[in-house]
Amino acid sequence: MVFLSIPADYIPIAIMFVVAIGFVVTTIFVTHLLGPKRKSEIKLDTFECGIESQSNARLPFSIKYFLIAILFVLFDVEVIFMYPWAVNFLKLGLTGFIEMLLFVSLLMVGFIYIIRKGALKWE
Amino acid sequence: MEYSELIFKVIFVIAVFAVSLLIAMYSTYAERKIAAFMQDRVGPDRAGPFGILQPLADGVKMFMKEEIIPANADKALFILGPSLMMLTACMTGVVIPWGNSLIINGQEYILQITDVNIGILYIFAVISIGVYGIMIGGWASNNKYSLLGAIRASSQMISYELAMGMAIISLVMMTGTLSLREIVLQQPGAHWNVFYQPLGFLIFLVCAFAETNRTPFDLPECETELVGGYHTEYSSMKLGFYLFAEYINMFISSAVISALYFGGFNMPFIGGLGLSHNMLAILGVVFFFAKIFFFIFFFMWVRWTIPRFRYDQLMNLGWKVMIPLSIVNMLLTGLFLLWRNGLFHF
Repeated sequence: MVFLSIPADYIPIAIMFVVAIGFVVTTIFVTHLLGPKRKSEIKLDTFECGIESQSNARLPFSIKYFLIAILFVLFDVEVIFMYPWAVNFLKLGLTGFIEMLLFVSLLMVGFIYIIRKGALKWE
Repeated sequence: MEYSELIFKVIFVIAVFAVSLLIAMYSTYAERKIAAFMQDRVGPDRAGPFGILQPLADGVKMFMKEEIIPANADKALFILGPSLMMLTACMTGVVIPWGNSLIINGQEYILQITDVNIGILYIFAVISIGVYGIMIGGWASNNKYSLLGAIRASSQMISYELAMGMAIISLVMMTGTLSLREIVLQQPGAHWNVFYQPLGFLIFLVCAFAETNRTPFDLPECETELVGGYHTEYSSMKLGFYLFAEYINMFISSAVISALYFGGFNMPFIGGLGLSHNMLAILGVVFFFAKIFFFIFFFMWVRWTIPRFRYDQLMNLGWKVMIPLSIVNMLLTGLFLLWRNGLFHF
């Protein structure tokens, strides 16, 4: 049994996954069969407000979005670190709180730095 | 896991799946009716009495429409995008505690598909995968509007996920658990978390709007500049999946908000009525759904009331207001909890 290797609590998640994937695949397949198929070259062209499409869409875009993604990865990792602390907050008491203050202040130094550098400036 | 329990779980999974699809379907109807009401129109009224069959008509139409995959799109990814979106939308309902528990023949069945002890983390994980659905779909379309819509959507969703995560941290500090069922059970009667975490609730609510790409945060599908945003090139049921997933997400967000901050299936004053355990559980489910419907209505109310943000305003709100606010909220919660539990000593 494959099920034996995963904890019992997670079996329903696997069942839901199977149900959801079954639904998605069936629906995609059925609509593929049901709809009319009258293709033409212009219909399959990329939509650009009715004018002839200009070149490919694999274009460079604003670096800001990429920066946001990188900052997200950094900050999200920090947030994940806070979860175990938050769960045990009352057991850790004041010591834990002061430790987290240190952690957050370091985080804030980085945060203020990126704001000062203008990484979050959208003009 | 017992055999009977497994069968119960399978039935329950299918029921939750069906109910979320049904509610998502009728949310589209409700959205149009509410929009009509707010703009002094009639709304859909042709299909069935009061247009009640409109969602079915829409669904059939989606099924019967021609499926167009643009010639220079990436075919496999083009199909994967909406499928992933729909899949993740359906997967989040698993950890929502719909009700307390039913006792049948002396055996207790909890009204939740599964009570994993990392419920909140699970929801975050699945929501994060939803971003891929949008990004893959938008990129694979090979259309400039789709690409712009997709990168806007992803950077908006990841930005607000940070504040959302931090808002939840203050809640977790109070409850000391990540299991949604336990969080709900800790709010008996009217001891709802919203009274202890008003700021956290506000942050969470705003972030939930941003995560589901609803107005005022619907820049990814900003019609006036991006046509349809990331789903510009989509047609037939693949478009249906994107639209449908948005409504399922709205339903699940409403459920999460109700469970985390509004006591889930708890309701004041009904404990004193002397009802049996099963009766209370069923009433609890009714109350939980009432709260969910209120929040779905709230989502729609806001949509037809507040205009859309500009992109720089959106990003500023996310990074420069929401994140600092949620950190302040976290520290205040920490101080309050230490003071209340008399832990101000080493």
